[in-house]
Parts: sequence; structure tokens; C-alpha cells
Amino acid sequence: MCHQSVGLIQGIIEKAGIPTVSVTLLREITERVAPPRALFVDFPLGYPLGAPNDAALQTRIILAAFELLVQSIPPAIQSFVRN
Amino acid sequence: MAKISGLKLAYQVFLRAYPYRKVDWRPGARLKKPLREARVAVVTTAAYFRPDQPPFDTSIRGGDYSYRVIPLDTDLSTLRMAHKSHAFDIRGIASDKNLALPLDRLKSLAEEGVIGSVAPRHFSFMGSIMAPGRLIASTAPEVARMLLEDAVDAVLLTPV
Repeated sequence: MCHQSVGLIQGIIEKAGIPTVSVTLLREITERVAPPRALFVDFPLGYPLGAPNDAALQTRIILAAFELLVQSIPPAIQSFVRN
Repeated sequence: MAKISGLKLAYQVFLRAYPYRKVDWRPGARLKKPLREARVAVVTTAAYFRPDQPPFDTSIRGGDYSYRVIPLDTDLSTLRMAHKSHAFDIRGIASDKNLALPLDRLKSLAEEGVIGSVAPRHFSFMGSIMAPGRLIASTAPEVARMLLEDAVDAVLLTPV
């Protein structure tokens, strides 16, 4: 249900005028909630930025999310490519 | 990989039948300045709270729709966590708060000039909100107002 909550909060912030991007671990739910921009990351629930204590991987996911924020026309759901 | 079909049966049945809510955000906002000048904030549903804040209330029917403000100068290692969901493994977000609230990562990106700055306030919700009416009507709009007050240009959201 975190994914619905994030999508709803995201939509409200976006509507207030601030562009938003979320990470999603459950693409199926995010597709139903349809937020403006979401980066699908192929990691288990509870691991939104990939792995604990892996600053390099966390940073790569954040940068991919920012790229989606800058480049895409909403709505957009894209997959994070690990390699 | 996280898929509904990979979860416990009770969660599968629930998540497939649940009437998902949507928010009308169209036409969408645009980043008004280059990323290297933008102020970034994080909103997470990891249920983090500071030791000087009340924990989330896991007994509220329909879910605790409140939030905690996490100031930028918070020592992430002191954050506590109160998550209601048993659908996922909490060990990662308990051992490294940056996994869901990446303030150290954003500080580094600001120092490197990739983003302009890190916002003074970030926001933590619990998620597990089955009845999101008051989230939509009151607490999420409150957070949006505070983000505007802080002149935030872009928001990253992380579910768990």
C-alpha cells in the first residue's frame, strides 16, 4: 500500500506545481495509481534504492530518477537498467 | 523482483481486489530551472521518525495518515522506524536510512554540483494506508505547502 500512498502524495505535490518523480518496486500497482513519473527498479520490497550501504548503486538510481524528471513528458514509467 | 504474484496469498488477494485511488495531477509540473540549480526534497513512506517525535500509530483503522518532518541536519543513524506492513523485509531500510531517505547521497550530489541544493525539510509517512481520504484531503496537501514554502524545485518519492 506504500505504492498507492506514494502515488497519491506525488500527484498532490505535482498538482501544487512542483515536478515529482518516484521510485517503484511494484510496477503493477504504480500503473494503476498512475503518478506523473515513476522509475521501476527491479529490487525486492523494502529496497527502493537497491541495496543498503551501496552508495554507488543508490546514487545511480537517484540520477536515473532525475533524468526521468528532466527528460520525460508525464505520465511516464521507465525501468532502471542496472548494467 | 517484486511482483504481486510473489507476495503472500492474503496480500495478493487484497492487492488485486483493492479499488486503487488516483489523484488528478494533469497536466503536470515542469522543472523551472536546470537540475544543477534545483533544490531537491525527499518524501518517503519508510515510517522513519526522530527520537524527539511520536512514533506512527499502527493501531489506526485505515492507516496512520500523519507525517514527520525530517530536517536536513538530522543524524540519519538516530532515526527510528514504525512500520505496520509485514509484506516486506525491513532490514535494509533499518540498517541504512539512505536506502529510502537518501539525504547523504543528495548532499554529495549537491557538493558535486549535480543538483543545486538539498531542501531544509523532508517528509516521512508510514504508508500502509488502506483508507487514504484524509491523506488526500489534509496531510499530503500540508506537505505540498511546506515544500512550496521551502522553494523546493523537485521531489523524489520512495515507497518501501
